[in-house]
Amino acid sequence: MSLFLTYVIGVIFGLGISMSGMANPSKVLNFFDVAGAWDPSLIFVMGGAVTVSFFGYRWVFRKFRSPAVEPQFMVPTSRVIDAKLVGGSVVFGVGWGIAGFCPGGALPALGTFDGDVWLFSIAMVAGIFAAKFLMKLTATRAARHAS
Amino acid sequence: MISGVIPTEFTPIASLLGGVLIGTAAVLLMLLRGRVFGATGILAGFMSPQGSSDWAWRAALLAGMVTGPLAYMIFAGHMPAVQVPISKGMLIVGGFIVGLGVTYGSGCTSGHGVCGMARLSPRSIVATLSFMLSTGVTVYIIRHVLAPATGGI
Repeated sequence: MSLFLTYVIGVIFGLGISMSGMANPSKVLNFFDVAGAWDPSLIFVMGGAVTVSFFGYRWVFRKFRSPAVEPQFMVPTSRVIDAKLVGGSVVFGVGWGIAGFCPGGALPALGTFDGDVWLFSIAMVAGIFAAKFLMKLTATRAARHAS
Repeated sequence: MISGVIPTEFTPIASLLGGVLIGTAAVLLMLLRGRVFGATGILAGFMSPQGSSDWAWRAALLAGMVTGPLAYMIFAGHMPAVQVPISKGMLIVGGFIVGLGVTYGSGCTSGHGVCGMARLSPRSIVATLSFMLSTGVTVYIIRHVLAPATGGI
């Protein structure tokens, strides 16, 4: 039952992405092209999504001591702002600016069976594994230097 | 031609409704499972699971996300538009860079931009400002510096 509800939540997200235009790289790239073919629609996506989750999260945390099917809320707690966070985000932006897909836009768009979305997503998964490999490599090196 | 421009229509109402649904899904996932709705984290955990029950809910959520366009088709009568204005080579380059960046940056538009901003997380606010700025600069360089200089790249 809880897996079915999780599935339904995924459908709501995917439907929202489909309606909003986030699954369309031209719409995303035109949003950032203020000096050219500007399409401000994505302000409304971000505005709607952040407003609902801002008030919704507050309501959930005030009303419930734990989530429905897990023992506790698993919210990220790190407050570290470092080069990894900023550098990674800047790199993500470069890729987003080239391709127009972000992970949350591309994953639901896989359901359109558009070949380009699959091509992008496979390349993105390769990038995720490459980053994990590089992180492991640097961690091992650092540990070796420390010992 | 590795990058072109396809004009799109301004769709404030559909985009606002879509945003409201995205936010609703984020709130419901917190209510049900106590998790933030970050596409990067959900996908990464799906590919490198921490056990079978951890994998199962991620798989269910991803299956739902992929069903989204079909649900849209029931209402709209057609699949959502996916207009790619760049070459396949650039799409692969862009995808690989996105994968690298979201892993080092621990999140993307949904995780940092929506859920993190909604929680007023300082990390997410910094991350969101960083990628919004670098995306804007990248689009500007591609469309207004490289394209005119090369006669349309």
